[in-house]
Amino acid sequence: MGRYLLRRLLIAIPSLLGISIVLFTVLALAPGDPFGELASNPAVPPEVRMALRAKFGMDDPIFLRYVHWLVAMLHGDWGFSFVSRVDVDALIWQRLPATLFVIGTSQVLALMIALPIGVYAATRPYSVFDQIASTFAFIGFSLPTFFTGLLLILIFSIDLDWLPFVFRSDLSATGWRWYWEEFRQAIMPIAVLGMFQGASWTRYVRSAVLDVIRLDYVTTARAKGLREGKVVIRHVVRNALIPVVTLVALQMPAIFGGAIVTEQIFRVPGIGSLLIGSILANDTPVIMAVTFVFSCLVILFNLIADVLYGWLDPRIAYR
Amino acid sequence: MAGSTPASLTAEAASRAAAPQVSPARDAWRRFRRHRLAVASSIVLLVMILAVLLGPLLWPVAINEIDFTARLEGPSASHLLGTDDLGQDVLARVLYGGRISLSVGLAAMMVSLLVGTLIGAVAGISRGSVDAGLMWLTDLFLSLPQLPLLLVITYLFRDRLKQLMGAESSVFILLVAVIGGFSWMPVARLVRAQFLSLREKEFVEAARALGASTLRQVMRHILPNSLGPVIVAGTINVAAAIIAESTLSFLGLGFPPDTPTWGRLLFDAKDYLDIAPHWALSAGAAIFLTVLAINFIGDGLRDVLDPRRIM
Repeated sequence: MGRYLLRRLLIAIPSLLGISIVLFTVLALAPGDPFGELASNPAVPPEVRMALRAKFGMDDPIFLRYVHWLVAMLHGDWGFSFVSRVDVDALIWQRLPATLFVIGTSQVLALMIALPIGVYAATRPYSVFDQIASTFAFIGFSLPTFFTGLLLILIFSIDLDWLPFVFRSDLSATGWRWYWEEFRQAIMPIAVLGMFQGASWTRYVRSAVLDVIRLDYVTTARAKGLREGKVVIRHVVRNALIPVVTLVALQMPAIFGGAIVTEQIFRVPGIGSLLIGSILANDTPVIMAVTFVFSCLVILFNLIADVLYGWLDPRIAYR
Repeated sequence: MAGSTPASLTAEAASRAAAPQVSPARDAWRRFRRHRLAVASSIVLLVMILAVLLGPLLWPVAINEIDFTARLEGPSASHLLGTDDLGQDVLARVLYGGRISLSVGLAAMMVSLLVGTLIGAVAGISRGSVDAGLMWLTDLFLSLPQLPLLLVITYLFRDRLKQLMGAESSVFILLVAVIGGFSWMPVARLVRAQFLSLREKEFVEAARALGASTLRQVMRHILPNSLGPVIVAGTINVAAAIIAESTLSFLGLGFPPDTPTWGRLLFDAKDYLDIAPHWALSAGAAIFLTVLAINFIGDGLRDVLDPRRIM
């Protein structure tokens, strides 16, 4: 298992490098200029602008700039936000917990929806329950997150007035009250993301379980007198989860996309809303760093998927 | 196994439909018809497309006619879906936005199919380093964070392109290229997998033995037989592209503010959710219905064209 993990980690490095090259090229090719505003400002003489450009190495050839940037990133020097006047890494560390909290909890919710419903539907294929579940799954992943978010706000914040629709990071309450308020404001973002993911995972789980449940070893397990629940959980679900893990790993970029939208709707102070804010402000170092953090997260979750693989199917780890 | 896919709905299937025996097209239609939700969805989608194309003729209200006496009004006889914050007719704007959203979806699907088929075909037919390199590229693109990159690229390149062309057409081309450029990977994988199994099949071997060039083997024998799953993936891609475009517009980074795409309508409507929910609901329902219909059609087509895959 240890060697398998190490190999996976080594495979992740070229992917990260490749992603960083793609990102850097996109940004370097783009016409936006962080010093563009200075050019139209008569109080800033052109020499100062040129000196600034030279200081930040903006006139170097692109390859050199990439190497400089990469070395700086590896040293933990993520640059300086032109707009917020803070170090980029400080900005990101400040925003990352909210994003991870919302994404993590919503994935747990999605799993809690998808696993029982998917397994139950697959053990009774084409029953009424299965058809209802499938239809709801289709509806669930056809509803874009931004629309579900608005619908939930409309129903629970405006009509019923149960939940706050703006996520606040400066709650004044303390103790239990604080946890309660935090929970109340997190319900809707988590529900939006969780339902969307849960709907598509339900289909994956169902089809994967359907594949496995007709195999001979399941019949064997039944024939030797195991209880149905044990057959399903120990023999069917564990094996069915292998393809599901692949599909979930492939979906990771989409999950982060959904998180950006949700953060924007509910004004969650995470890195998604940071990204949109910095794009609108043309704050290149922050855009670069946040996009890179998103890529790292995708790769990290792919690694976790690989570990799960090794656990679900020991043959993979020893190959 | 993969190569034993029965005949697919391709152009040649249509031309063969004139033959006396049960044609693949008719057979496919028979199987598609059994999928009731898919048939219903096709009708819904057809109605949507017709409404979007012909609607402005039947509902000749200007999309930008500002009327401050009728701001944020609910549905009425003169404004079937109500009005927005400037007194503009929501129905007219939803119909206009549908043209953009649907055409972005279709065009982006075309781009993703073209790129995906090309890369998948090249990777599948050539062994060794070309295959490995292209598949590494595919995996790399699969692990790129797509929405952040979409946002960054549209934002960065929008102004440059706007100088070259009109605001609307430049954003259209940019969005189609970028959305298509980030959704070809599943298609490439499918096509490669099909190619790998099909090229070892007897009928391709026979063509090879008869001296057919690689290009002819691909165009005449392998590609037509591998199109079934590709069509299914393409259908799903239309829905994904519509959602991607709406997401960008919803975040305020898609089409220019005066172009009423579905996502943009939602973006504008979200600040008036409490006093004019009809505005957000009509735009959102349009997106939802279209995407749902396309997904159901994709599911039906999968049963028809690609019976082995279940997901």
